[in-house]
Amino acid sequence: MTTTWARPADSPSPDAAVTTYREALREAHREALRRDPRVFLMGEDVARYGGSFAVSLGLAEEFGEERVRDTPLSESAFTGAGIGAALRGMRPIVEIMTVNFSLLALDQILNNAATLLHMSGGQLAVPLVIRMTTGGGRQLAAQHSHSLEGWYAHIPGLRVLAPATLEDARGMLWPALEDPDPVLIFEHGSLYPLKGTLPDPPPEVDIAHAAIRRAGGDVTLVAYGGGLGKTVAAADLLAAEGIEAEVVDLRVLRPLDEATLLDSLAKTHRAVVVDEAWRSGSLAAEVSARLSEKGFYDLDAPVERVCGAEVPLPYAAHLEQAALPQPEGIAAAARRTVHGDG
Amino acid sequence: MTALAHDREALLAAGAPALLRQMIRVRRFEEKCVELYSATKIRGFLHLCIGEEAVAVGVISSLAPGDAVVSTYREHGHALARGVPMASVMAEMFGKATGCSHGRGGSMHLFDAERRFYGGNAIVGGGMPPSVGMALADQMNGRSDVTACIFGEGAMAEGAWHESANLAALWELPVLFVCENNRYAMGTALAREHAETDLTARAASYGMVAWSADGMDVLAVQEAAQRATALVRGGGGPCFLELRTYRFRAHSMYDPDRYRDKAEVERWRASDPIPRLTSDLLAQEALAESEVATWEAEIEQEIAAAVQAAEAAPLEPVEDLTRFVTSEGPPR
Ligand SMILES: Cc1ncc(C[n+]2csc(CCOP(=O)(O)OP(=O)(O)O)c2C)c(N)n1
Repeated sequence: MTTTWARPADSPSPDAAVTTYREALREAHREALRRDPRVFLMGEDVARYGGSFAVSLGLAEEFGEERVRDTPLSESAFTGAGIGAALRGMRPIVEIMTVNFSLLALDQILNNAATLLHMSGGQLAVPLVIRMTTGGGRQLAAQHSHSLEGWYAHIPGLRVLAPATLEDARGMLWPALEDPDPVLIFEHGSLYPLKGTLPDPPPEVDIAHAAIRRAGGDVTLVAYGGGLGKTVAAADLLAAEGIEAEVVDLRVLRPLDEATLLDSLAKTHRAVVVDEAWRSGSLAAEVSARLSEKGFYDLDAPVERVCGAEVPLPYAAHLEQAALPQPEGIAAAARRTVHGDG
Repeated sequence: MTALAHDREALLAAGAPALLRQMIRVRRFEEKCVELYSATKIRGFLHLCIGEEAVAVGVISSLAPGDAVVSTYREHGHALARGVPMASVMAEMFGKATGCSHGRGGSMHLFDAERRFYGGNAIVGGGMPPSVGMALADQMNGRSDVTACIFGEGAMAEGAWHESANLAALWELPVLFVCENNRYAMGTALAREHAETDLTARAASYGMVAWSADGMDVLAVQEAAQRATALVRGGGGPCFLELRTYRFRAHSMYDPDRYRDKAEVERWRASDPIPRLTSDLLAQEALAESEVATWEAEIEQEIAAAVQAAEAAPLEPVEDLTRFVTSEGPPR
């Protein structure tokens, strides 16, 4: 996949370089390792192999295997070790291959990383960054494809990020490392080959706010991560029929930037929330509830949700595609909010 | 790696020709899968056991029909050796309705309840705790079935291994733990992953019988597995088998294989279990060249038929997307 929708403008500035989401992440690691000797990366196959998604390719050669460190297949141990190293003054980045495997480390993430500051009455901060792949669409079946970032967004004490653009892939890591508390970064597996341009120097990115990716006055489409491209595609479909959709990229799944969501709703009076995760108990449910709780009098139609089907993701391509939100379905939901029909 | 050099009587007594045929069948099937992957008929992750066939065939041929097999994502060989029909495996790779998992699972998730073949588990170490529970159920019901739990050496770094080994030994459960030690967990070599690289000694430290055998020699594997299953079946508690083997190909179709040098791969190829056993059988006149040629032709036909059936098979209807999320029929 080489979608190019993230390209900021038709005429890139002379200093802009063509790159990919994967390379943008790698550059962010390079910068962090250079800037702060306390930063190190660890995870399965990050060093010799170069990272299972090639994000850290070449970094071990450049920074040494002390700082780009292969771990055994021990998600719980190395994630917990990241917590310990953070407690003792380091700034670890822990890479977990995919969110399905992160469940083996969930105990450490929830019961230690997210909780220590509070349990210790403010004494023990955990400045740890955990990165992992999420999402489906690559025919990897149920144990490699789920979108569980919403579960992590449920947990107080964590900051949860979902870069969907090259700018965010390049710019979120450093502020995440500067955060005194644990930050989780979710990279949708289909985004790594995403191509586009990045200005040099890259723009600064904040890790507190949602971003408006496309302005419009008729309906607000809320998306994040791997769902953003499909949502922009849906906005294109809608534009062709005269419906101007505003696309809000959540970017920060916790804490939610309610203000940006409510401002957009106040403008458009209609909202569709897109989430690849299952509908029941999802992040989409949370966003939808917030819009209803705080934006009720701005709403001209019920909030719509376009989510993943409530099924473990199947292998067969046609079933998998049917299980995931698609631009057509997003556009149809938007039409219902505007016209009262699909 | 020494030559096999078994004598004729021993080879025939052990059914070596049949084992060889099974290994060739697994090898050719996977070679076909590579082709089909390149032709984009098979998608997702594809992990091959080329080089490791002696483990699959040697271990599985030692089990009884009532025994259970719990496998990993590198399970084509295990499934075929267990008797899962090739056509249903191939159809699963194609994501078709006739696949053994109805197109839901793909290469990494082959299941066949009738043949007690339980995965197809793509979470490293994920099959270990359930295998302990299956053995527990057998023990509680006084059945003499064995649960064979297969995993790679990388999995022995996971908490699931330590917890399962302890529980199985503590409760003296009928589990046969089979470690396919192919020396690499993706790109991470054994010694970069384990503080103690003697896996057999580690398993023994939990209080279970532990053996290792040459995983490139199907007869050595079979002998060790037969002894181990007899012990487990006899109520001796869990047993651990480390089978030293090697994968000739990359971890998966996505793996550029940058982490090991080609000379090492070539060294291991010299002990390829298929030519090794073939030359032994031929030298001992326990097999004629013409028989091998006949098998090759039969296997080629079987594979061609499986591919053709998979091509022709229907897709699972999209309306059935949410089938098998919960059981059909009234709640029990
Ligand atoms: C819990 C978990 N962590 C990481 C992975 C990614 N992964 C898949 S296979 C593999 C290597 C496993 O090596 P080993 O257990 O030795 O088995 P082999 O692949 O060599 O047969 C890794 C790291 C995974 N599938 N599950």
